[in-house]
Amino acid sequence: MRLRSYLTCAAGLVFAAGTLAAQVTFDRILNAVREPQNWLTYSGTVLSQRHSPLTQITPENVKDLQLAWVFQARSLEKFEATSLVVDGVLYTVQAPNDVVALDAASGRTYWVYSYSPSPKARPCCGRINRGVAVLGDRLFMGTIDARLLALDAKTGKLVWNVEVAKPESGYALTHAPLVVKDKVIVGTAGGEYGIRGFIAAYDVKTGKEVWRFHTIPEPGEPGHETWAGDSWMHGGGSVWVTGSYDSDLNLTYWGIGNPGPDWNGDARKGDNLYTDSVVALDADTGKLKWHFQFSPHDEFDYDSVQVPVLVDMEWQGRPRKVMLWANRNGYFYVLDRANGQFMLGKPFVKVTWATGLDERGRPMKAPTAASSPDGVLIYPGNQGGTNWYNSSYSPITGLFYIPSWVEYNTTYYKMPAEYHEGRTFGGAAMRQNVMRRGATGTRVEDADGYGAVRAIDPKSGAMKWEFKMSDVTDSGILTTASNLLFTGGREGYFFGLDARNGTPLWKATVGGNVAAGPMTYAVNGRQFVAVPAGSALFSFTLKQ
Amino acid sequence: MWAFRMICLLAAAAALFAQHGYNSADIENGGRLYIANCTVCHGPEGDQIPGIDLGHGKFRHGTSDEDLEQIILKGIPGTGMPSHDFTEQQAESIVAYLRSMATAGRGTLPGGNVARGKAIFEGKGECLKCHAVKGNGSRLGPDLSEIGLVRRTSQLEESLIDPNAEILPENRTVHLVTKSGEQITGRLLNVDTLSVLLLDDKEQLRYFPKSDLSSYSLVKDSPMPSYKGKLNNQELADVVSYMSSLKGVGN
Repeated sequence: MRLRSYLTCAAGLVFAAGTLAAQVTFDRILNAVREPQNWLTYSGTVLSQRHSPLTQITPENVKDLQLAWVFQARSLEKFEATSLVVDGVLYTVQAPNDVVALDAASGRTYWVYSYSPSPKARPCCGRINRGVAVLGDRLFMGTIDARLLALDAKTGKLVWNVEVAKPESGYALTHAPLVVKDKVIVGTAGGEYGIRGFIAAYDVKTGKEVWRFHTIPEPGEPGHETWAGDSWMHGGGSVWVTGSYDSDLNLTYWGIGNPGPDWNGDARKGDNLYTDSVVALDADTGKLKWHFQFSPHDEFDYDSVQVPVLVDMEWQGRPRKVMLWANRNGYFYVLDRANGQFMLGKPFVKVTWATGLDERGRPMKAPTAASSPDGVLIYPGNQGGTNWYNSSYSPITGLFYIPSWVEYNTTYYKMPAEYHEGRTFGGAAMRQNVMRRGATGTRVEDADGYGAVRAIDPKSGAMKWEFKMSDVTDSGILTTASNLLFTGGREGYFFGLDARNGTPLWKATVGGNVAAGPMTYAVNGRQFVAVPAGSALFSFTLKQ
Repeated sequence: MWAFRMICLLAAAAALFAQHGYNSADIENGGRLYIANCTVCHGPEGDQIPGIDLGHGKFRHGTSDEDLEQIILKGIPGTGMPSHDFTEQQAESIVAYLRSMATAGRGTLPGGNVARGKAIFEGKGECLKCHAVKGNGSRLGPDLSEIGLVRRTSQLEESLIDPNAEILPENRTVHLVTKSGEQITGRLLNVDTLSVLLLDDKEQLRYFPKSDLSSYSLVKDSPMPSYKGKLNNQELADVVSYMSSLKGVGN
């Protein structure tokens, strides 16, 4: 209850905070909840709850939402970026790597920074970007050719541009960086190309690398014994969604991607740390504090590329600092984020690859779930029970909201995999029970996998309600303190639901795939909700 | 890998083929790519260019899987074979499909006659009641003007004898009952969380909010009748020959 009154108070301050023209200090980022008219980090705050204290739009008036403006990107790539809003200016990314500054109330463009990635760039799954980070008067963006850029937030002029990794080896940067104090932290994509992934911190002023954490331990490091032979050298462990940060513990948390080759584990016997894990790193040094591996020795591409959602909640009668995690492997987890202790784990969708979790949270693999050249049918399928799609936690409802792929499977056919630099290192073919499409691009089968928002009580893992869609969904979720939930999907709708029970209250036809997380902000006392769909960014506000 | 290219579900030969041990998922996917990209020149049977029979290992340049993948990707300079912007995996899947073609055979029917087949198609077979060819006929079923480009004779034969064996997603039939009691059957064009769009049996484009419906269901079976027993083998062969000859308006 203390938290609730705090939020109400914070919401009251929103418009008093008004037009701060000051620089975005790290203190402001840490306390972003105190200025909810802004959206200062990829996930709203460093706790990554994707929950806004703004309350002007309510379940009662959401029906009066109307389009404020549309920004049409000059790009046919998927629009996966979550925008930032800083004091009335909205920053987003036109894929692959053009940064755009707009007036957040009118949608008119201040400037566009155009970046041409190297032709050597070869991101596996689209020439996309998920957003920028801000600190001071600088914006930071990773690029698909594995570079990190700093721009002047007022002019869009390049300040520095440094190499993070070699694009020709399959490395790419696709997620929004995370700023912690005076460092900007990024990780590398490329898990389908036999990279050796890492997370690295760069000095915000100079772009100089300060620390680097390899997601796969080298000889002599703890955890190296979880890789047979030389398999660690090309073992994947990509990072392609943004981490979170706890300032009390000074730990930054990151989800790590699949081992390579993705679907054939024969040459990499062992648990393959720290793939499919969450790692907790000292934010100053990059030293590993703890790790928790969700899917040891994975052969089904269960990247743990979900944003760690940090929540302080009462747990069995005492306050705990926890981490909520809906994993691609189909399980929902609660971990103690001080030490990585497993507190709870339950499937949130149908799971057949494991029969359950033991008391330490380690999966008990189903004997029938061995990868084979003859094919093995597994739930959840290759895209997972969820994926990188942003979950949300509402401290008002106490529920955790997961973009889910329900009753979804894949049949995997194991194949040989041989490493060649910069080439796909996969080891399977597969077929899936969704995404069979008619001429219009919309799924036409009803009898199998579907997309949904699933609302979970994190204290029990029990599902409280579900909002079913016909097609699957790549959309993130936003909740607000007024008990609204916003999400989209592949069908081209943007929905406003009642966060308490999933009742649909409002929708807009946005005419394209919503493949990003919605966010909300306010300008001059008016609340807006923005979401990308297709190749455009839409912003909605209440009818005046 | 969050956006792994999706592969269709159609049942296909599960046997493994050729040097790479291709599986049914490869073959299905390769077949789609082949139909979309290769049949204009090579034909659905792979034998449209004299001296080449892709489905039976008869090539002018290269024979190994690797050779064929490189040819698919890079083309053959100085010939009509262009390069293609496929991934290596896509090129491999096309090779997998080519390697599988021989096992599907060319059907069991005797040789047919195109002119006789056309007469049966338009007369006794009543095919134009549901299908159209070059603007003549109905829009309810799939347009067959280019069917000879995209379907093999063995597939055409199967469709005539067992129309339920394979119904492509774009050819699904839907049955609706509105809350006011109207019953509508039509060709499903789109369905999402809130609505259904179809072409009804009067060839009208219709939109229905799901909230206006008391029931909505996909019709499992094809509305097409089986011609087994209705046409004899020679007549079936003639109709297949006619359909194989339909290669678009330009031909």
